[in-house]
Amino acid sequence: MLPLRFRRVTMSARVLVGVKRVIDYAVKIRVKPDRTGVVTDGVKHSMNPFCEIAVEEAVKLKEKKLVKEVVAVSCGPQQVQETIRTALAMGADRGIHVEVSGKDYETLGPLQVSKIFAALAKKEQADLIILGKQAIDDDCNQTGQMTAALLDWPQGTFASEVTLEADKLKVVREIDGGLETIKIKLPAVVTADLRLNTPRYATLPNIMKAKKKKIVNVKPADLGVDVSSRLEVLKVDEPPQRQSGVKVETVHDLVEKLKEAGRI
Amino acid sequence: MAAAMALVRGVRFGSYSIGRSRSLIFNSLQRRGIAACVDPSIGLTDEQKEFQKVAFDFAANEMAPHMAEWDQKEIFPVEAMRKAAQLGFGGIYVNPDVGGSGLSRLDTSIIFEALSTGCVSTTAYISIHNMCAWMIDTFGNNEQREKFCPDLCSMQKFASYCLTEPGSGSDAASLLTSAKLQGDHYILNGSKAFISGGGDTDVYVVMCRTGEKGPKGISCVVVEKGTAGLSFGKKEKKVGWNSQPTRAVIFEDCAVPVTNRLGAEGEGFSIAMKGLNGGRINIASCSLGAAHASVLLARDHMCVRKQFGETLSNSQEVIIDACVQFLQFKLAEMATKLVASRLLVRQAAVALQEGRPDAVSLCSMAKLFVTDECFAICNQALQIHGGYGYLKDYAVQQYVRDIRVHQILEGTNEVMRMIIARSLLTES
Repeated sequence: MLPLRFRRVTMSARVLVGVKRVIDYAVKIRVKPDRTGVVTDGVKHSMNPFCEIAVEEAVKLKEKKLVKEVVAVSCGPQQVQETIRTALAMGADRGIHVEVSGKDYETLGPLQVSKIFAALAKKEQADLIILGKQAIDDDCNQTGQMTAALLDWPQGTFASEVTLEADKLKVVREIDGGLETIKIKLPAVVTADLRLNTPRYATLPNIMKAKKKKIVNVKPADLGVDVSSRLEVLKVDEPPQRQSGVKVETVHDLVEKLKEAGRI
Repeated sequence: MAAAMALVRGVRFGSYSIGRSRSLIFNSLQRRGIAACVDPSIGLTDEQKEFQKVAFDFAANEMAPHMAEWDQKEIFPVEAMRKAAQLGFGGIYVNPDVGGSGLSRLDTSIIFEALSTGCVSTTAYISIHNMCAWMIDTFGNNEQREKFCPDLCSMQKFASYCLTEPGSGSDAASLLTSAKLQGDHYILNGSKAFISGGGDTDVYVVMCRTGEKGPKGISCVVVEKGTAGLSFGKKEKKVGWNSQPTRAVIFEDCAVPVTNRLGAEGEGFSIAMKGLNGGRINIASCSLGAAHASVLLARDHMCVRKQFGETLSNSQEVIIDACVQFLQFKLAEMATKLVASRLLVRQAAVALQEGRPDAVSLCSMAKLFVTDECFAICNQALQIHGGYGYLKDYAVQQYVRDIRVHQILEGTNEVMRMIIARSLLTES
């Protein structure tokens, strides 16, 4: 069997999309009194906005008939099934729920998730993995890159435009200097940036159809992945309160004050 | 998280338009999930939560940013409503075989409650449109359903419900618009008053007299815009509901094909009333949405507004305490009445869906209780805002103005009492 890297992509392409359940972007975050994390109980959760953009891109590729199947994947406890259902309502074909709960879920990070995705990519024979560029809770911006490294696949991160040309992917990336265009061979990992697309609303008929789509449960152990964390969170604090500023009269005073504060 | 939030917000404030325009920093309705006791998603199935989420998102992104403009400029937001129809909101409880979404009355109530937080007036019109589409779907024959429903469900065409006349409001059964049979047409003469959407809509579901006096002489016909003899009065100037035009609908020897009659002659009044049962739940749901939004606005205002040295949500001094605590208790009462109202509407929706014997009374009770309570809630929310509540810059006054009419139309709250009393006092 050909190594994954050299498999030609045909119309039977399968896309894996990662969707993460995070605290809703509009909620005001509060730190737990014991400072081990943020309050999540009873707080509104929803799909990570960048993951929504990733799902939308995958569904658009399917609508253009460039890929055959979109599989939504989420790692976590029972509640993440809501997030997978939202992806199904947007147009994904089926879902995979990787069961991680309790302490393991609290310490679940990009390294473990990327190992899970790498294992799933091989198991499902995926040709393309689309992830959000980062999650709005931890802002890690690592999972996509680590997944590509583990699979030894090319990566197109911070994508603001993705075009499939035969078996190559043209990706326009948003970088500090502007826009960079690269061409990468499939199979590949792409991470979605804000301007890649505008996620669709799920329609009422699609929400009802999503009920019939399958979500399969899988354990990390079944994929040969050890989810124990190598990191230990020491403490979590609110950002320091913004201090009031000081008005100065002249530029000379400003320079003096900046020197005093050790800024220059 | 802060960095990503800053990034997303930065883009909102910047020149990029993110299509769905998530530019709602100042709309504190987005602060969902903190006040768990008034959370409208409690007790719903996963599927219903999904419906609600779409409706809330649509309301926040496509309606709320424009609700003040639609009110002030009296714009009938055709494009926004068509977008809503694309998501399935054009015929929520209409059969899927003619383009509807085939959902239950409870699902419908949840959706209208959520949409209403974005704009009460527009959502109320969408609910009237839905009611008309359902009437044609349920009481029309296959030709009529296939002719009218698909366009209504997609909102390619808009509908109006025509029952009230200048001389018959609460006493609807005494309506005078006549429909005399001539060959294969009815010739309509008369006028309807206060018709929502009148003049701008395409399909008119009209209750008219084909037979004797009283309810048994009334039939229901569908009149299309452009029919000779159909004209409209001037656009009324209203206190609220300004995103939908209201006009008189005038029939002068207006010839309507007999094939446009829904059901048999004499069934029109019953059809009209059955439509209104659902319509009452929908209107009550719209009031709920406004009240929900107002409670959150009042709560947020109290957390921000400082008087006597503290925010209205805190207080240290004993004397000041009493004054501020009064407001806090008022907020608690508002929240309690909101949740009570919501439970009643949802129960009525379930009763109607199941065709229970108490459905009609329950719908009337829901309409009566909820429209009254929610108006009081919105009014109190305006009071909590103090002087700011009276300014059009703040949304709360629009909620108050828009839901005031819910206590009047689709059967005045006095008529609701009549229906309930009759059900209590008549020996069955």
